[in-house]
This record gives sequence, C-alpha cells and structure tokens, in this order.
Amino acid sequence: MSEQTLRQWLLSDEPTSRRQARLSAWYQGWLAFRSNTLAMLGLLILVFLILCALFAPLLATHDPFTQDLAMRLQPPGESGYLLGSDSLGRDIYSRLLYGARISLYIVLLVAMVAPLLGLVIGTVAGYAGGWLDVVLMRITDIFLAFPRLILALAFVAALGAGIENAVLAISLTAWPPYARIARAETLTYRNAEFIHAIKLQGAGPIRIITRHIWPLCLSSLVIRVTLDMAGIILTAAGLGFLGLGAQPPSPEWGAMISEGRKYILDHWWVATIPGLAIFAISLAFNLLGDGLRDVMDPKGGTQ
Amino acid sequence: MTMKSKLAAAAFAGLMATTAMTPALAETPPNMLVIANRIDDIKTFDPAESFEFAGADVSRNVYEKLVNFDPLNLDAGFGPQLAESWDISEDGQTITFTMATGHTFASGNEVTAKDAEFSLRRAVLLNKTPSFILTQFGFTAENVEETIVATDDNKLVLTLDKPYALSFVLNCLTATIGGIVDMETAMANEVDGDMGGEWLRTNTAGSGPYKVADWKPNESVLMDLNPNYAGEKPAMERVIVQHIQESATQRLQLERGDIDVARNLSPEDVAGLADVDGVKVVDELRGRLMYWSANQKNEMLADPKVVEALKWATDYDGMSNSFLKGQYTPQQAFLPLTFLGALEEKPFSYDMEKAKAALAESGHGECGDIKISVREAQERLDIAQSLQNTWGQLGCNVELVVGTGAQTLDRYRAREHDIYLGAWGPDYPDPNTNAGTFAYNPDNSDEAGATGLLAWRNAWGIPEMSEQTLAAVVENDTEARKQMYLDLQREHQKVSPFGVMFQQIEQNGMRANVENFVAGGATTAVSYWVITK
Amino acid sequence: MTQTTLTAARRAPMASGWPKKLATTLLTVAVTLLGLLFVTFMIGRVMPIDPVLAVIGERATQAQYDETFRQLGLDKPLLVQFGIYVGDVLQGDFGKSIRTGQQVSTDIARVFPATLELATLGTLMGVFLGVPLGVVAAVYRGSWIDQIARLIGLIGYSMPIFWLGLVGLLVFYGMLDWVEGPGRLGVFYQGIVPTRTGLLLVDSLIAGDMTVFKDAFGHIILPASLLGYFSLAYISRMTRSFMLEQLSAEYVTTARVKGLSEWQVVWGHAFRNIRIQLVTVIALAYANLLEGSVLTEIIFAWPGIGQYITTSLLANDMNSVLGGTVVIGTIFVCLNIFSDLLYRVFDPRSK
Repeated sequence: MSEQTLRQWLLSDEPTSRRQARLSAWYQGWLAFRSNTLAMLGLLILVFLILCALFAPLLATHDPFTQDLAMRLQPPGESGYLLGSDSLGRDIYSRLLYGARISLYIVLLVAMVAPLLGLVIGTVAGYAGGWLDVVLMRITDIFLAFPRLILALAFVAALGAGIENAVLAISLTAWPPYARIARAETLTYRNAEFIHAIKLQGAGPIRIITRHIWPLCLSSLVIRVTLDMAGIILTAAGLGFLGLGAQPPSPEWGAMISEGRKYILDHWWVATIPGLAIFAISLAFNLLGDGLRDVMDPKGGTQ
Repeated sequence: MTMKSKLAAAAFAGLMATTAMTPALAETPPNMLVIANRIDDIKTFDPAESFEFAGADVSRNVYEKLVNFDPLNLDAGFGPQLAESWDISEDGQTITFTMATGHTFASGNEVTAKDAEFSLRRAVLLNKTPSFILTQFGFTAENVEETIVATDDNKLVLTLDKPYALSFVLNCLTATIGGIVDMETAMANEVDGDMGGEWLRTNTAGSGPYKVADWKPNESVLMDLNPNYAGEKPAMERVIVQHIQESATQRLQLERGDIDVARNLSPEDVAGLADVDGVKVVDELRGRLMYWSANQKNEMLADPKVVEALKWATDYDGMSNSFLKGQYTPQQAFLPLTFLGALEEKPFSYDMEKAKAALAESGHGECGDIKISVREAQERLDIAQSLQNTWGQLGCNVELVVGTGAQTLDRYRAREHDIYLGAWGPDYPDPNTNAGTFAYNPDNSDEAGATGLLAWRNAWGIPEMSEQTLAAVVENDTEARKQMYLDLQREHQKVSPFGVMFQQIEQNGMRANVENFVAGGATTAVSYWVITK
Repeated sequence: MTQTTLTAARRAPMASGWPKKLATTLLTVAVTLLGLLFVTFMIGRVMPIDPVLAVIGERATQAQYDETFRQLGLDKPLLVQFGIYVGDVLQGDFGKSIRTGQQVSTDIARVFPATLELATLGTLMGVFLGVPLGVVAAVYRGSWIDQIARLIGLIGYSMPIFWLGLVGLLVFYGMLDWVEGPGRLGVFYQGIVPTRTGLLLVDSLIAGDMTVFKDAFGHIILPASLLGYFSLAYISRMTRSFMLEQLSAEYVTTARVKGLSEWQVVWGHAFRNIRIQLVTVIALAYANLLEGSVLTEIIFAWPGIGQYITTSLLANDMNSVLGGTVVIGTIFVCLNIFSDLLYRVFDPRSK
C-alpha cells in the first residue's frame, strides 16, 4: 500500500510535495488503523489512561500519600474509598491515578532511551562494517544472551533502587533488539544507489547515518517500540514488585501489588486492583502495537 | 473447529480433571512435626559459626550445652545439662564444671569434659562472628590452652580475666556457640586444619534430641531423632521445617492441615485464622526490639532536642494497633521485657504538641531533610512510612532509602545514615548483650572501627556510660545488678539517639492438637523435643 | 515477558567450509560467554552490597571483617580477581556460594532441574495448544476464531505474571482446592523418591510411586500452566504468521486446483513447510521459559535457578550469580546455534 508514496517521499527534494506525501501516507494509515477495532480499543484505553494521569489532581478524591491508620483496608465503595484503602489507610483509587503518571513516565523515558541507543549502535555497526561491526555485534550478543529481568535486577542492584535507575536498567537491557533491527535495515540501504549519490555530493558518514539512514529505520523501530511498551511496563512492575523500582510511598503499581500481596486472602482488592491496572495499560499498548504493525509494516501489509 | 483443536480442547479438559482429583491430605502423620518458616538465613549448623535465627532453632535441638534452659519453665533461667554442677573460686575468676554422666553423641561416643574443652576452644580459635560471646571473658587464641582446660574426663575448668557475675558467664554458655560438639567425629572430618568446620557446616555431631538428616538451603531442614539421646524419647520422631516465604501461603497450608505450625503469620492472617476450626494461635514475647537511631555525625540530629521531638512524633500506639497488631508491643528501653532489669516505663507517647515544643527549643525549629535507611521488608517499610508521615507533620522532609539487608547494614556500619530503622535481637540471654551495644562506646573515633557496637555506628561517644555498663557485668549481687541496669536504661531513654519503639510478640499459628510449642521466649530458641500432638 | 530478546535470533557470520564454520562458531560462543561473565563480574564489583557482610553478619568485628575480605580474594586488583575466577571455571570450579555455604555447582545441580521441569512442562503445554491454535487462526483468517486467538495472545503478552500467579494461587489453591500449594512437593513426600534426574515427575515414575507423582503434579500444574500460557501466546502468534505466508504461496493454490482436500493442503503441504521455522520458535520459547521464570518461581516458592540467581544477586553472592548466568547463557547460545544449524541444513532458501 504505502510503499509507493513512501518511496516518493524519500526521493523528493521539494518541501511542499514532501509534506503532501507524508500527510497522505499518514492519512491512509489512519484509515486502515481506524478500521481495526482492537487497535482502536487499545488507543481509547491509552487515551483514557493518559487523561487520568494528566488530570490526576482533579480526579483524585484523596491525597495519595495521606495515611489514616484507623481507616486501613476498607473494601471498595466504603467510607468514601472508591476502590478501597490500603494497609496504611491510603485511598487506592487516588494512588492508582497518580501511579498512572509513574507508569507513563517510565514508558516514555525507556521508549526514548533504548531505541536511540540501539539505533546508534546498530546503524554505526551496519554502516561502518569491518571490525567495528564485529565488536559491536558481539557486545549486542552478550547482552542478548543475558536473562533480561536478571540483568535489569543486577543493574538496579548496582545503581541503587529507584525509578530513574529502573528506567536506566530497563533501557540497558532493551536496546539489543533495536540494534539488530537498525543494523539489518542499514545493511539493506548501505549500498543503495541513492546513498552513493549522496556520497558523491560529498556527505560524510555521520551526515549520511543521521540524515538519511536513521529516517529509514524509524518505521520498523516505532512498531517494535510500541510492541515492546507492554514488556517495558511489565518489567518495570516486576522490578517494583521485587522492591527495586519506585520507592515507597510512591504509588507505583508493581510496588502496590507487592504491598498488597500480604493481604490477598482477606483483602483481595489491595493487590488485585493495581494488577488490573497494569494489565489494562499493557493490553492497550499491545493492541495499539498490533494495529500499528498491520498499518505501517510494509512487509506485513502485503499479505 | 478442526479435529486438531477439538482434540486439544479434550486434552485440556482431561488435564484439569486429573488435577481436580489430586487428593489433599487432611493431616500430618502423628509422630511427625511439619513447620513452615523462613529459613533462608541458614548458612551453617556449626555452633562456632552459626548466628542466625533459623540456625539457632536447629542448633538448640541438636547440640546440648553445659547449662541450658528448660523449655517448659523458661522463667527459671539456666539449669544443669551436660554439666551437673559448677563451683566458683574465691577470687571469682575460675569456674569448675563437673560433667553429668550418661550423655551420648549421635555417633555413640560418650560426652566428656574433653569434648567440652574442644568445643569451646574451637569456637575461640576459629574466631567466627559469634566468638565475641566467649572472648569477652578474656579467652584468646593464645591462651585457650591455659584458660579452657579439661583436667580429666569429668572436670572442665574455665579461667576468666575478671570476676564476672556468674550468671553472666553461664547465660553466655547457653547461647548457640556454647553447643558441645563430638570431638572425635569433628576431627575425623577435618580438612586443612578447620577443626571439622567444613563438615559441620552441613552435618551435625551433637548429643541433643535430634540430628539433621537433610538440609536443602532455602528449601527445607529435616531432623530425625538422635537414637542415643539421654533424655526421654521425644514424641515427634521427625521434624521438617520448610521454607515458605509468604504468610498467606503458610496460613493456607495450616488451614488445610498440610503443616502443623506456621511461624510467620501477618496480623491479617492471624485475624483470618480466628474463626477457623482446628487451628489456634499462640502468642509468645520474644527478645527482638524494633528501633530507630540517629547518626550523631548529622549536625541536626546531634541536637538532643531534635531527637526528643522525633521520639514524641512517633505513633507507637497507632502502629502497634494497626499493621503491627498483635506482633509488636510498645517498649522503649533497650532491654526486652523478661530480661533481668528490663525497664517497663514508657515515657514517650505520640504527642505532636510536645514534639513541636521540643523542636522549637532546639536549634532547628524548621526541621530539615532526614533520610531513613530501611531494608526491604514489609513491616519495616510500613513503620518507615508511618515515621515519614508523622515526622513530616513536624515539618521534616523525610525520604526513605530502601535497600537490601546487606546494603542498609553497610551504610549503617560505615556511619553514613541519617536515621537507621532496624531490629536488634539479643545474642545471649544476659542484659549485657544489649547494654554492651546500645550503651557502650568508649572510643568514638572513626579509627576505632567498632562496627559491632550500635552506639559507635551512630557516632555516639559515651565514655561515662560505658564505664557503668562495664561495672554492671562484674556485679555479683543480682539485685544490685538489676538496679544498675534500670538506672542505665532510664538515663539512656533520656539522652540517647535511640528511639526504641517495640518488642516482638511471635504469633505462631498451629493445629489445635499441637501442645507445648515453645518458640524460646526472649532468651532462647525453639524446643521440638517437648512437643506432643 | 522477554520474547523480544529471542525473536532476534542470531545468525553466526558466514564462513566457507565446515571446519572453518565450526571454529568460528566455537570462537563466537567462547567470546560471548566470556563477555557475559565479564559484565556480570563487573556488576558484582560495583554493586553497593557488601559480600563480606553476607558472610559474617552484623555483629562481626573489624578484624573478622578484614580476614573474610582477604579470604574472598577481594583485596586483589579487579582484573586479577576476574582472571582467577575464569581460570577456576575452566577447571570446573565455580567456587562456593557465600549464601548457602555450598559449592555453586552443587547448588545449581539442585536448583536447575526444578526450572527445567517447570519450563519443559510449560513449553509442552504451549506447543500442544499454541500450534493448533495458530494453524486454525491462519486457515480461518479474519474469522471470530482468528480474533479470539489473537486476543488470547495479546492478553498473554499483557498480563503481569506475578499478579496472575498470586490470583491463581488464591483461586485454585485457596478457594477451589484444585491444586497443591507453593513449592515442588508436599512436605512429607520429601526424600521418599531417590533423586535420579532431579525432575520429580520423572523420578517418581521411575520409582513407581504414584502418590508422590500425584503430589508433584499437583504442585507443578499451576505454575506450568501459567508459563504455558505465555508460551502459547508466542507460539500461536508465530505459527499463524508462518502459516499465512505458506497459504498465500502459489503451490497451495496449485494444490487446491489439483483438487486436494483442505485438510491435505493445510497439514500435508503448508504445515510441513513451516516445521523448521516452528522448531526454531519453540526452541526460543523454551529458552525463554528457562531464563524468564524468575517471578513465577518467586511467587510459587519454586526452588529454581531464576530464584537462585535473584536471591544470590541481592546478597551480592557473586559466585552463585556468575555460575547461574553461565548456565543460562550457555543454554541460550546453544539453542541459538541449534536453530541456526536447522536452518542451514534444512531450509533451501538459506543456501
């Protein structure tokens, strides 16, 4: 489908037609995307969660940090606690809203750091070739051979528990697949005629990589990142669950499950509700990513 | 639907059906005790090295000591076990033990004074962490040949460097490190001069009621009867302790009768068991204290009025009535209740007015940044969050620094914390075990490196109080000694940077037919041999 | 979970001639494993957790501390420490765990079969349910079956496994009483069956002890089903996309024109052609469960290698962590090479 317009856009030098081509590609993609019910559902959930996070102070009924030991472990709907209260008498609904901010914050940061790292390493390796390629890919292999959660755990343990370090640790474990994708894409374009043409015009390798190769790698990376978002959220929640992510009293959802697991038999909501929230957000990302792949991936789209 | 997926569906249904038929046993065998506990701290069974809670639970049932506690009458204090009697010399520095007859190791070897000499010397020579319990009496690697001597198979003579209170010495001998090891078996398994250390790590060679038959680290410890045990044959012929981390799991297993005793129930799970038939919960006061302490290297926290304000701004009752309910009782002195001279007075209560007044009197009316160093464990995190909440109301900007046990401990020993939130359990059942660490720090310099002393870790230099603590261990009049500790604790409550908050109550859930389960009170560990069901 | 890591299966660099290929492959493996060790080692050394304290505990004096510090070899320069470690490993000595006090190899021999058993059962479930599901979804592309298969997959990718494990325990163990609780075996079944393979299901069958088998099965079924669900999600998704590729190929149309039944077309032709790809995917899913079951093991108190590495890591017991990482890394690399080989030998297109 968008193969042809994409190529025109890539080859075009005139700004007006570039914008035009791009817009038309986006529009066609949107039409295809809109007809995908599940993907739209994902988008809706995500928009809803983002709104919740944005307007948390307005939507919250309580301060997410204020404790009330006399009102601990209230079931949902009772005493003004919409989704119940936790072991220190904090309102779970309000904590959930503020927790959405943390989850989105983590996802955004990782989604910016990891693919960028992978993009740089992958394109450099692919474009430079030779020993640099061998060395960089060997490093990538080493990181790929690591059990991922354990590597993240090790990094957090080394850096100290906390949300920024969790982001860093997840990024450090998430980049190798991006590097592989970026390298593979680079290899297909490296000897393409248009690159040769640009070289002849006197462009240096840095300029070629950043201006011409990177944009070409973007679409496959974006799909991959969206599909990985759920994995990132689950890893972050797993770290929180193990006590190595966001620190108390922060309302990170994984940490909330961890706190609530002690009470699961008699007060199911304390651990169950944040679990459902994690499920909802990762499902939304997965649905979205799946839909995006159908729309944007030219290889998948031809089937 | 294709054939294939129909088949798959059928297979899945079949799978679920077989699962559903798996029977659940309603109860454990009558001569077997099954316990769920957290035992991931066990690193060794060697009495010279073992220093963990779960390790002490094993050791007490495997190794006999010269003197020991009767589990059914812990209040009586120590009594004879491998030693039938003892005499103290005129100058109070030489104790002569006369060995009881008829005690035999699991190997069949008779217990003699030579074994006792070997075991105590060995503990001093190996110089592992708990060795201070013995070396504080002046035993050193150089002098053990003269100070710990078996004159014959029947007599053991200990020579001390000072006339310590006899009760202090004998109390120390009831600790895990006082366990008497079978010399012949240990030396037969010696590797590179370790006096059997490597072998004794995973095997046992004692004369107690049980021997360890199998140990899978982090999984389970299995104990069988010692066939040569001198005492009455225990009703429980096999004891299995399984490592179960989660309280909820322990509770489920107990309700279903898969286990006899659950040792780590949360207050919620204890409450949940209240209406369950066939299950009971037995409370027992233990020796562990929960406290926070303020590093005196921190300029603000070195101001006694600030520390006083923090003590007033701690919600003792709020915590002990909610997430600590039933498991911790307020206690504000450094000796746990039931110890000789334990002070019951609790001068502090949750009072924001007094807290604010104290803060106003200090040089830091605004309060500032405080970091609480706390390890990753739910109840400590809950306490830390409560402190964060109430100290926050004072205007302090409280941040929690959470880490693993080793991480927080590392900072604490390096004197790098602001506030450390921690627990302290007595090492041996004598008041000096806590006085010697909460109220003893003769040299506060960094070079002193007295990392074992809590007072040093908080950079609290107390030359005078240290003298008083030393004086109390050589006082042989028990009443006078008790008074010394009471005075010490009152002073400590007032001036120290320690905010002692709670003493632990262990709530053990068990099947209703389990009798005589004694976890060890504040002074010792669990005793399986008296249990019946 | 971590499927992403594995989909990017590695291709060893091309080389001509078998001996050369073999040498390249072996070199690659050695370099990868050495790198793996080095990264782990360095993480352990910069970690602000003191391994000495883990050995001696809180009450030790400074002198005892220094003594243990020397015994652990921590006073030597970092690279020397690493060199000594690698030298020992080459001689088969993984050192001693400071947490359990036993040889790391002993520990791993104990914990690895637990993970192996769990992952194997989980993968089997994933294969026997996921492959048919993927095929059906591809054949009836776009139908409600396809949608459901897709949803099952997406839900599998989105579920926090530690939470699902908690809820599963609550429901199937706590409320319905269908399965046994956490751990591998009921307490009083322990030590009855002699250890031969370390796989309890196999050991109990060898010994012919059906009560032990039943108990072990009751313990493993829930965690294995959870893991099985995650590999089902992955396997069915991959099967579907492989099948779609085949079904749109020309030979399928030809076969249909020739009048072959739909059954023959799907299973006889299309499915036959994706077998190699499928084996690769299954191998990767398997590797994934072997390394990715950390949280499941923790929730179910399953004494496996994931839990072993995690708890060791948090105590900075680096010998154990290094040993465990080597084992898992080796498996991963071997499975990758295995699937590479499969492609080279059987797939005409890669020649």
